[in-house]
Amino acid sequence: MSGIKVHTMAEYLAKGEAPDLLFWVGCAGSFDDRAKKITKAIVKILNKVEMKFAVLGAEESCTGDPAKRAGNEFLFQMQAMQNIQIMNEYKVRRIVTGCPHCFNTLKNEYPELGGNYEVIHHTQLIQELIDSGKLRIEDGKPFKGKKITFHDPCYLGRANDVYEAPRKVLETLDAELVEMKRCKSKGLCCGAGGAQMFKEAEKGDKEVNAERTEDAMELNPDIIATGCPFCNTMMTDGIKLANKEGSVHVMDIAELIAQAQDL
Amino acid sequence: MGIGSIIFIVLFFGAMGFFGFNVKKVIANINLGRDKKINDRKGERWKTMTLVALGQKKMFARPIPALLHLFIYVAFLLTQIELIEIIIDGISGSHRLFYPTLGGLYTLVISIIEVLSVLALIATFAFLARRNLLKIPRFHKDEMTGWPKLDGNIILYLEILLVFFIFTMNGADEALHIAEGKGSYGFAMSQWYGPMIFGGMETETLHLLERIGWWGHLTMVLVFMNYLPYSKHFHIFLAFPNVWYSNLEAKGRLSNMEAVTNEVKMMFDPEADPYAAPAEPVGEPQTFGVKDVTDLPWTSLLQAYTCTECGRCTDNCPANQTGKLLSPRKIMMDTRDRMVELGDYKRKNGKDKVDEKTLIHDYISPEELWACTTCNACVDACPVNIDPMAIIVDLRRYLVMEESKAPSELTGMFSNIENNGAVWQFPAADRLKWKDE
Repeated sequence: MSGIKVHTMAEYLAKGEAPDLLFWVGCAGSFDDRAKKITKAIVKILNKVEMKFAVLGAEESCTGDPAKRAGNEFLFQMQAMQNIQIMNEYKVRRIVTGCPHCFNTLKNEYPELGGNYEVIHHTQLIQELIDSGKLRIEDGKPFKGKKITFHDPCYLGRANDVYEAPRKVLETLDAELVEMKRCKSKGLCCGAGGAQMFKEAEKGDKEVNAERTEDAMELNPDIIATGCPFCNTMMTDGIKLANKEGSVHVMDIAELIAQAQDL
Repeated sequence: MGIGSIIFIVLFFGAMGFFGFNVKKVIANINLGRDKKINDRKGERWKTMTLVALGQKKMFARPIPALLHLFIYVAFLLTQIELIEIIIDGISGSHRLFYPTLGGLYTLVISIIEVLSVLALIATFAFLARRNLLKIPRFHKDEMTGWPKLDGNIILYLEILLVFFIFTMNGADEALHIAEGKGSYGFAMSQWYGPMIFGGMETETLHLLERIGWWGHLTMVLVFMNYLPYSKHFHIFLAFPNVWYSNLEAKGRLSNMEAVTNEVKMMFDPEADPYAAPAEPVGEPQTFGVKDVTDLPWTSLLQAYTCTECGRCTDNCPANQTGKLLSPRKIMMDTRDRMVELGDYKRKNGKDKVDEKTLIHDYISPEELWACTTCNACVDACPVNIDPMAIIVDLRRYLVMEESKAPSELTGMFSNIENNGAVWQFPAADRLKWKDE
């Protein structure tokens, strides 16, 4: 379908060329049905601005983030070194990720193991494209007047101090942007980080995503915007718990921009 | 030399000696931790220390307690100037040695101290109310019963006594000065309440009250100082080195385990001889991850001593907010308790002896550790840059790599990554399938 254009690093190499950017898709972006839509939205934006980018495809492997945070340093380093070996062979210099966890690991934890790249999150790339005029949000914006609140992913916000890029991008939508009472450095976690995504929560009296969704619900938003596939899952589940799946939508910033662009 | 001077010298140097003895113990306990060299980015470290420790930047996320805390903090700092005079007066038997020579400046300094002491007293009562009457939730978590609760109140009672003696001293001295026909000292507060409370008393009574105030103040300062090493209140000194040595990297970056890197590199090196003995053993055989305080870097132990149990970390922790067992503050308190216990044991039984307890299991349970989402809210919230999350991850490393005890779903996730390079059970060959869906 869709007519999106994606090439792998191997294909570029075969042509004797090198792309300007590696798009690190991540496990969620590759395999999770909801997150795949975000992946495609990012690709549509990259196609629209005619970015010369590539993915690793079958050569990509988990960054090791959840293993490291769960205490399995061996597995993390095995993954990291394997990925670094491949990326260094391709002489990768710049990476964009669709996931703040991949972003954080590639950016902060790979250099010590020999992987030195410029790593940006997709909201930073989109902001860059808007700032440089390569990406323009046309009139007749579909989100005009809609109430949007942004949920800060921990690994983008607190972990790496990226608070402005996603907000700057959202500002171009002409929507009504509202902040939750806990936002930016005080933003509450969605509950998925530190490998929690892959296990049942410990015994408690509430799920973290329910608590966080309540923060959002206080604002009566039309859309909860995120920049992380795991936050997306958690917030979507939270909305289902609150029986609001009909009226509130959880969308990635890349999806909002792709839709505003009619891509 | 008068009897007063002799008592002073014995009391003062005795107290300093006992304090020094306890500080040495604290340093020895911190040195139970693993060595970790930190001497990089000095400019940035001084700047961070100035802003965060001296300037209390992170406290102001909550303006009301920040302002109250600032009163006590500034009063404490400036009262130290007066202490110089007290020491000299105490040894030489002089009375307000600097008063005749410094003149107006002296009046100004003592006046500022008096005003700040009043503000500090107000703050102290407000803090007592916040702890005991207002039931601020972070002061009433499970770990805040018994000694930690009492400790928090004792410090405040000591502060009230301290200020009480200062005001007795200055008030009686003011009335005495007037009674002796020398006129008012002109200090901001005591020139008003001095005559009001102490006016009309016999000069001998006034002299006695002034001495009670002076000796009481001195005694409280020495008691307070010696109380610190036993208390959470040690943060008034340790906050400074603690912030200086704190993490300057992105909060999302977890430490790299070099011991693991060496092994993984061997596995990746096609030239490596799998049967060869390791070229040179790197230090002592190391456990992977943290089993006990001796496996933690010394900076984590310094952090444990620095923690003043304010509970901002726990208050901001998503796991704690949703009723899970984890409390980042408890992680720091447990680390300190275990460190002191092990330090005492080693001093008693010999340096190489260890008791049967460990930080993990005996103090911190796996259930607490597995509740953490590594969201960094606790790290962000700490006014003095303590990092409970690093300890949590270090303990998880021990559970996983030494005890092979991870929750079963996580073991499944590990196998997926090992077998097919993804957190779920999908083959690597399918990674690009989304393109054509």
